[in-house]
Amino acid sequence: MTYRIEGRTGTWEIVVGLEVHAQVISQAKLFSGASATYGGAPNTHVSFIDAGFPGMLPVVNRECVAQAVRTGLGLAAHINVVSRFDRKNYFYADLPQGYQISQFEHPIVGSGVIEIELADGATREIGITRLHLEQDAGKSMHDQDPTRSFIDLNRSGVALMEIVSEPDIRSPEEAGAYVRKLRQILRYLGTCDGNMEEGSMRADVNVSVRQAGEAFRTRCEIKNVNSIRYVMQAIEAEAQRQVEVWESGGTVDQETRLFDPGRGETRSLRSKEDAHDYRYFPDPDLLPLVLDEGWVAGLKASLPELPDAKRARLEADYGVTRYESGVLTAEQAIADFYETVARGLDTRLATNWVLGDFFAALNRTGRSIEDSPVSAASLRALLGLITDSTINGKIAKDVFEEMVDTGDEPMAIVERRGLKQVTDTGAIDAAIARVLADNADKVAEYKSGKDKLFGFFVGQTMKAMAGKGNPALVNEALKKQLAD
Amino acid sequence: MAADTPNALDMSLVEARDGLVRKAFSSVELTTAALAAVEALNPRLNAYITVTGDQALAQAAQADAAIAAGEAGPMAGVPVGIKDLFCTKGVRTTAASNILRDFVPPYESTVTANLRRDGAVFLGKTNLDEFAMGSGNLTSAFGPVENPWKRAGSDAALVPGGSSGGSAAAVAAGLGFGATGTDTGGSIRQPASYCGITGIKPTYGRCSRFGTIAFASSLDQAGPMARTVADCAVMLGSMAGFDAQDSTSVDRPVPDYLAACGRSLKGLRIGIPREYHAPGMPAEIEAIWQQGIAWLRDAGCEIVDVSLPHTKYGLATYYIIAPAECSSNLARYDGVRFGARVAGGTLDELYENTRRAGFGDETRRRIMMGTYVLSAGYYDAYYLKAQKVRSLIQRDFTDVFADVDVLLTPTAPSAAFAQDEKPSDPVQMYLNDIFTVPASMAGVPAMSVPAGVDAQGLPLGLQLIGRFFDEETLFAVGSALERAAAFTHRPALRASDVARAGIAS
Amino acid sequence: MSLDTATVRRIARLARIGIEENETEGLARELNGIFGWIEQLDEVDVSGVAPMIGTGLATPRMREDVVTDGDRRDDVLSNAPDRVDAFFTVPKVVE
Ligand SMILES: [Mg+2]
Ligand SMILES: [Zn+2]
Repeated sequence: MTYRIEGRTGTWEIVVGLEVHAQVISQAKLFSGASATYGGAPNTHVSFIDAGFPGMLPVVNRECVAQAVRTGLGLAAHINVVSRFDRKNYFYADLPQGYQISQFEHPIVGSGVIEIELADGATREIGITRLHLEQDAGKSMHDQDPTRSFIDLNRSGVALMEIVSEPDIRSPEEAGAYVRKLRQILRYLGTCDGNMEEGSMRADVNVSVRQAGEAFRTRCEIKNVNSIRYVMQAIEAEAQRQVEVWESGGTVDQETRLFDPGRGETRSLRSKEDAHDYRYFPDPDLLPLVLDEGWVAGLKASLPELPDAKRARLEADYGVTRYESGVLTAEQAIADFYETVARGLDTRLATNWVLGDFFAALNRTGRSIEDSPVSAASLRALLGLITDSTINGKIAKDVFEEMVDTGDEPMAIVERRGLKQVTDTGAIDAAIARVLADNADKVAEYKSGKDKLFGFFVGQTMKAMAGKGNPALVNEALKKQLAD
Repeated sequence: MAADTPNALDMSLVEARDGLVRKAFSSVELTTAALAAVEALNPRLNAYITVTGDQALAQAAQADAAIAAGEAGPMAGVPVGIKDLFCTKGVRTTAASNILRDFVPPYESTVTANLRRDGAVFLGKTNLDEFAMGSGNLTSAFGPVENPWKRAGSDAALVPGGSSGGSAAAVAAGLGFGATGTDTGGSIRQPASYCGITGIKPTYGRCSRFGTIAFASSLDQAGPMARTVADCAVMLGSMAGFDAQDSTSVDRPVPDYLAACGRSLKGLRIGIPREYHAPGMPAEIEAIWQQGIAWLRDAGCEIVDVSLPHTKYGLATYYIIAPAECSSNLARYDGVRFGARVAGGTLDELYENTRRAGFGDETRRRIMMGTYVLSAGYYDAYYLKAQKVRSLIQRDFTDVFADVDVLLTPTAPSAAFAQDEKPSDPVQMYLNDIFTVPASMAGVPAMSVPAGVDAQGLPLGLQLIGRFFDEETLFAVGSALERAAAFTHRPALRASDVARAGIAS
Repeated sequence: MSLDTATVRRIARLARIGIEENETEGLARELNGIFGWIEQLDEVDVSGVAPMIGTGLATPRMREDVVTDGDRRDDVLSNAPDRVDAFFTVPKVVE
C-alpha cells in the first residue's frame, strides 16, 4: 500500500531515514566504572570521568563493545574489527566534557539489513547504514526553578548504540514497523531493553519529500522522538509541512526540529546562525578499538535465535500460521512459553490455548508474560490432562480459571474438586437411563424424527454427571440407548 | 652533612635520600629547612603557587617513621615540588589559570600517588605557564617565575623557560631536591636548559596521564626535573609505571634507571642530526654542541652524522595538533561543575563570559587556533595534513634509530632571556621549542643535561634523544655527559645562601 | 588562506570565548601571522602517508563491566560554582 501525499502541484512521496539511539544493557558506563542503572538519586551514578573533571581519562568497557558487536551480528551487518572513537565537540549544559565521545569515520558496525512486515503481510527490507558506540549526555531539568536549569549527570557516559538506517522508509507505517522490529531484535539479543518511556530507545527522524522521479530534496531531522506512535505522527506532520512549504514556492531548510505531540506539529529547534560544526577528530585519549576475530566468532556462536528464524521454525515445527508465528515471536519470552507448552503435545490444541485462553488471562489480569499467573509448565500439565482424557475441554476451562486465580497446579484442582472425567460406562448408562426416563416425551419426539434433540440429551446427561462425562462415551451410549 | 647546615639544600636528591636512610638527618629537619628556604626565596622567585607546609611536615614525619621501621621507599623523606598541573587530593590545583584558581581536586593523579607511595614529601605546587602553554612561564595567572640565574653583572629578571618554569626555578634554587614536570613540546627540557638542571621527558606512555590536567593528550608526558642525572633516574623510577586508568599507558616493567647511570658507553653510536644546525643559531650553542660531541667521542662513542629530514616541520605541525587537542580538552572549563564562573543571562553568555575571563591571552589564542584547524572546511588542510607530517617525523626517528642509539642536539636555540625581552610575535616565542618538539611529536624519550654556560654565565643544555622506552641509554649517556661537563656553576639566587644569611643573622 | 574578522567571530563563537568587536581585527592579524608561518607545511609531500593517530605504543585494552565507581555525589559537587540540592545549575535553558 503506497503512502502518498496529494498536493496542489502533484503527488508527493516521503523519504525517511531513522537514527535510533539504543541504550546498551551493561552494568557500568561506556568509559567509566560508574553504574549505568536507570534512576538513582541525582548525581550518584557519576564518576569524575563522567563529570569531565580535569585529568580524567576514558577506558572502554568490554561488555559495551560486545553488545554492539552482538547487535551488529543480529542485524546481519558487517563487523569492523578495527574502529575508532572520535570526539564530537559542542557545548551544552549536560555535556560535561564539552565533547561527546562517539564514532564518526570508523564505526564498529557497517552496513546491514532489517526485514519489516506491514499490516497487509507485505515485507520490505530496510538497509542499515551503520551502528556506532557513543556516550549519552546528562539530563537537564528546566521546570524546577524560575531562572535556572538543573543538571543531573547520572546518564552522562552511559553507552548508546546509534543505529542509522538508509533512507529506505517510505511511509509512517514502515517507520513504525522498522522501530518495532529493531526493538524486537535488540530485546532478543539482550543488548537494549527497548524501553522508550525510560528513554532507553529514542529516534531521530530524517524526513524529506519528493515528487515522482526526483532525486532527494532537503531533509529535516526531528530529534529525540520517544515513542513509536510519535515517530509515525511526526513523519506525517513534517511531510505535510514540507509539501506545503514547497508548494507555496518556499524552500525547506536543512535543520533540526522537535515534534510537539500536543499540537501534532514539528517546530524548528535551533536558530540558523548557530550552525553546527562538531569538529570531529580522533580522541587522543583512546586507542583504536581492535577486536579479536576469535572473540567476535565466539559472540556470534552464542547469539540467540532471532525473530525471523524463530518464526520460520515455529511455522515448520508446530504448523502455526504466518499470523500466529508473528504473535508468538513478538517477544522471546512468549515464544519460549509457547514452546514449553507445545513441545510434544497436540500443537493445534497448544496454539489455540496459548493464543486464546492464556492471552485473554494475561489481558484480564494485566500481567506480562514474565510475571504470568500461570507458568508454562502448569499450562502444559493442564493440556496433558485433556490429551490423556483425565478431564474434558470444557472442564479444562474451569480448571484454568482457577489456576489463574489461585496459582494452583491443574491436577490439584481436578482432584480437590473431583473433576475427573467419568469413563465408567455403567455410570454413563445409568445417567442416560435416568435422563431418558425423565424426558419420555422428548424421546418420543426424537424417535419420530426430531434428530436435533440429540444435543439436548447430551446436555442433560452431562448436567446429570456434573459435566464430567467423557463426551465421546456419552455420545456413543446415548446413540445406543435411543436406538433401542 | 646535617640538615640545618647552609649547604644541606645543595645536596643532590640521591645524597639527601642516602643521608635520610643513614639517619644522618631526619626528613622533618630537611623539610623544615626546605620550607624555610621557600618562605625566604619564593616571594621573589614565585616558583611555587601553593606551599603546603603542614602537609609536607606530616609527610616528612611519616617518612621518618617509615625509615625508622626499615620500610623506606625510594623517595622516602625527600622534599620535592609538584607542578601545579598534577591533581593533588585536597590541595588546590590551578594549572596556573584563573579558571581553576580555587579548584580543589577530590582525587590524586597517578604520578603524585606513585611519589607518595614511595615516601616523597610535597613542598607545594609549582608555577607554570597557564595550562602548560608557553615557553617562558610568562602566561601564568599567578605571575611570572624569575629564573634564579643572572646574567653577569645584571639583576634583570630572566625567564626560567616553560612551561615547567616553577619546577625548574625551584630545583635550580634548591627549593626542593627535584620536581615533577610535564612536557608536551619541550616543557621539561627547555626550562631545564634555561635553569641549569636535568630533566627528562620519558617515552609517551611511560608515565600515566591520569589526574594530570591535559593540554594536548597525544603529546603530554610527565617527567622529573632535578639537579643531577641520577636524581632524575630515581625520581622517574618512582613516577613511571603502567596505569590501567590511562588507555595510552604502556604495560611494561620500569627498569632500574639509577643502575643505568653508570653504564659504559663503549660502542654506542651517537647520531648528530644535521637539521639541528638551525640558521641563526648562536655560536655559543653551536660550540657547546661540538663540545658535547667531543666528550662523547672521548667516552668511547662513535659519532655519526644523520639526517631527520622533517625536523624543520615539527614546530608548524605541533602548532596545529597541540592547539587542536587543547581546544577540545579545555572545553570542560565552562563554569558549570568546577572552576570560576562569570554569570551570564543565558547558557551561552555564561560560557562566553566565563571562558573569556577565566583563560589568559595565550590560552584563548590556542583554543581559537585549535577550533579553527578542526572546523569544517579546514580539517583536511590543517589537522589531517599535520597528522600525516607527524607520521613522517616519527618515521625519521625510527629510521635513524635503526642506525644510531642516541641523538645529541642542543636543547634550546638560546639561553634564558629576560622577562621584558618577550617577543611580541607569538611565532618568535614558539621558536624556543624548535629542538624539543620533534621528539615530542614522535613520542620518543629525550633528556636535557646542563653542559656549560654562555659568555654571560647562563646555563646551556644539551639534549639526548633515545629510542622508544630506552630511557636507560639516555641515563647512561646523560650521566657521562654530566661527568665530562663537570657542571659546577650555581645560580645567583639559591636556598643555601638564604640559609647561610639566616644563620648569620 | 587569509583569516578574516568574520572567521574570528565564528571560531570564538564555536569555542564559546567572548570577544569584543574591537578585538577581532587584532586577533585576525595575529592568527594570520601564525597560520602564514604554518603554511610552510604546504612544501611537504604527504601523498600516500597515513595520518599518525597517537604514538602506536600502547596495546588496546578494555575495562571489565563492573561497577567500581560512583556514589561520590558530594565530591562530584564539591567544586560546583552554583548548586541546588544535588544538582549543578545553569541559566535556564529554553528549547
Ligand atoms: Mg543524530
Ligand atoms: Zn548519536
